[in-house]
Amino acid sequence: MLRRNLGVVLSVLFLIGGLATSFTSVTAQEATPAGEPFKVGFVYVSSVGDLGWTYAHDQGRIALEEAFPNIETGYQENVPENPADAERVIRQFAQDGYDLIFTTSFGYMDPTINVAADFPDTTFIHISGFKTAENVGTGFGKIEEPRFVSGQLAGAMTETNQIGYVAAFPIPEVIRGINAFTLGVREVNPEATVRVVWTNTWFNPQQERAAAEALLDSGADVIAQHQDTPGPQQAAEDRGVYGIGYNADMSPLAPNAVLTSAIWNWGPYYIDIAERVMNGTWESEQYWGGWQDGVVDMAPVADFVPEEIRTAIEEEVARFKSGEENIYTIFTGPIADQTGTVRVPEGQAMTDEELLSMDWFVEGVEGEIPS
Amino acid sequence: MSSRSAISPSRRLRIERVPSPSRSATAVVSALSFVLALLCGGIILFLAGENPIQIYGSMFSGALGDWNGVAETLVKTTPLLLAGLGVAVAFRMQLWNIGAEGQLYLGAIFATGVALFLIPGAPGWVMVPIIVVASLLGGGLWGLIPGALRAWFGASEIITSLMLNYVAILFSEYLVHGPWRDPQAFGFPGTPSLPASAWLPNWGATRVHLGLFFGLIAALVLWVMLRRTRWGYEIGVMGENPRAALYAGMPTKRTIVLVMALSGALAGLAGMSEVAGIGHQLQRNLSPGYGYAAIIVAWLARLHPLGAVLVAFLLAALTVGGDQIQMSLGLPAAIAPMLQGTILFFLLGGDVLTRYRITRVPGT
Repeated sequence: MLRRNLGVVLSVLFLIGGLATSFTSVTAQEATPAGEPFKVGFVYVSSVGDLGWTYAHDQGRIALEEAFPNIETGYQENVPENPADAERVIRQFAQDGYDLIFTTSFGYMDPTINVAADFPDTTFIHISGFKTAENVGTGFGKIEEPRFVSGQLAGAMTETNQIGYVAAFPIPEVIRGINAFTLGVREVNPEATVRVVWTNTWFNPQQERAAAEALLDSGADVIAQHQDTPGPQQAAEDRGVYGIGYNADMSPLAPNAVLTSAIWNWGPYYIDIAERVMNGTWESEQYWGGWQDGVVDMAPVADFVPEEIRTAIEEEVARFKSGEENIYTIFTGPIADQTGTVRVPEGQAMTDEELLSMDWFVEGVEGEIPS
Repeated sequence: MSSRSAISPSRRLRIERVPSPSRSATAVVSALSFVLALLCGGIILFLAGENPIQIYGSMFSGALGDWNGVAETLVKTTPLLLAGLGVAVAFRMQLWNIGAEGQLYLGAIFATGVALFLIPGAPGWVMVPIIVVASLLGGGLWGLIPGALRAWFGASEIITSLMLNYVAILFSEYLVHGPWRDPQAFGFPGTPSLPASAWLPNWGATRVHLGLFFGLIAALVLWVMLRRTRWGYEIGVMGENPRAALYAGMPTKRTIVLVMALSGALAGLAGMSEVAGIGHQLQRNLSPGYGYAAIIVAWLARLHPLGAVLVAFLLAALTVGGDQIQMSLGLPAAIAPMLQGTILFFLLGGDVLTRYRITRVPGT
């Protein structure tokens, strides 16, 4: 009996010893860096394989790594948006000597600001928020521009005049996107309406899909979305109707459904920021780039879209890319809200502040903003 | 007595329940299970082409290798401990409270509401005790509801407490998107920041805050209560032998309600400590499932309050260390939960070995 216990104790000691030696060997490896690379960290809310939001950011990270031989990148997936976890991960990156850290979800805003205060020599870019500091900038893109054009395409292709929109949360970013999309739909098809279902999650493939199915059951024949995964488009594919993708070109996942996708193209933006931070010219800013700047784009229109519709859409795309049209021309009055009251008078464009805090739906949207 | 049938009569072995497993046997089995889990996880990692020793070393150094790691592990320990204690006290009475997550949210909501709207100007020495009480009431109320439904209507508390989680989380969503939303935040969800008097004091420059102290005190108080008081004794009897409790004239219904309220109150305290100690506002995603992880904490601690301190710390270290796998080694994030799952599986499996033993039946 005694001997057996002794054996157990010895094996436990052996294990602890093993752990301790492995610990020292790892730190020894880390202590001998080859040269002094510029380290860029990325904090992701879902996995890089989500084929949506995080996938698009990771494509940007890869582009950044390819652009500069002396840049080394690291990332952490599936970081929860609660303050305890998010702040810990961001802090760990800063402590590990990362020079530039991108935090790519709205929920990381306060944690980013908190950590940045303790690491004044590190630069932080928070995607989609509104708080800045001397070493914290914000970055986002006018995805509403490609959403508007994709809305025109949806309006031209719908037969039931009912378009479904699977949306994550009733926050200004999402509301603005739904409004831009609906204005596009109604410009080519004033009869059509856009029905919104809230999922209250960014990332939940099953729930996103279920919401799309509910919209399809109620008669929608085009499904658009503001989520992190292609679930809604796959639901459209299975029912043989159309979908408008988001984040990345979703046509490979739903080839017979996806008309086009409003997509993020983070690479050029990340490269620009990293370049400026490396040569010391970066200053805190609130970046909100448009289609003309390349941070947002639209995937090619599907082959099965009739020729004349495709041509018209491509002409519209060219107008946005040249800057002739932009988010302000989209949100120029007259624009009425859901009750028919004109909220933006004729000829007047909405201001950045009005756009960034938008909390009402335009005419043609069916659905409610919880308040 | 409660022995099970033999596995195979020819070998004359049988599995029987160990009446009261010795403390040293329990500790040895737990340690062995942990070792086996690491070995098993290591084999999987090795087969996947990774270096298990490097991964374990990195996890260990991330969670406990420097003061910052230890501090972050303690930050993560706090809500797991408080909610885990709540679950443990209910489970002692065989009340299956699955609602710690919702009770945590209610505690957070009550504390936030009081701090923001009832006494925003109060100084810290008034504010902190009052929001503590508010969170106990909030969580306690959310535990009391399934308790009362069980006591007087026989409704399964498993279902009702679970369902109330969704109600609590959605109510919190409603508040942060609607009436409690910060008007300065451009329509983004989240309440305004709590007045600074409500922020729990930190330990030095770390994020470790007063909530950890509450957790340790609660563990001690519960331990004394369960061991030394009549009430603690009754809870055990009512849980393990309700019939005997009934004959002994113990007030079963009242105790069910009280124990569920106490269980909820502890989870509510966890919610308050996350709001007032870490985020300083009520927001979406307050808890990444602490209320569910609390069930694991309670079980692994064998419902022992002091054991819960250890287990909560271990689980927190696994989470904090798990970050390192991707951050410093660049391996897929899925490895961390895989290892955590393996370790939990072995620890719970080892638990069975301490409660049952295989004996040789004396030859016939």
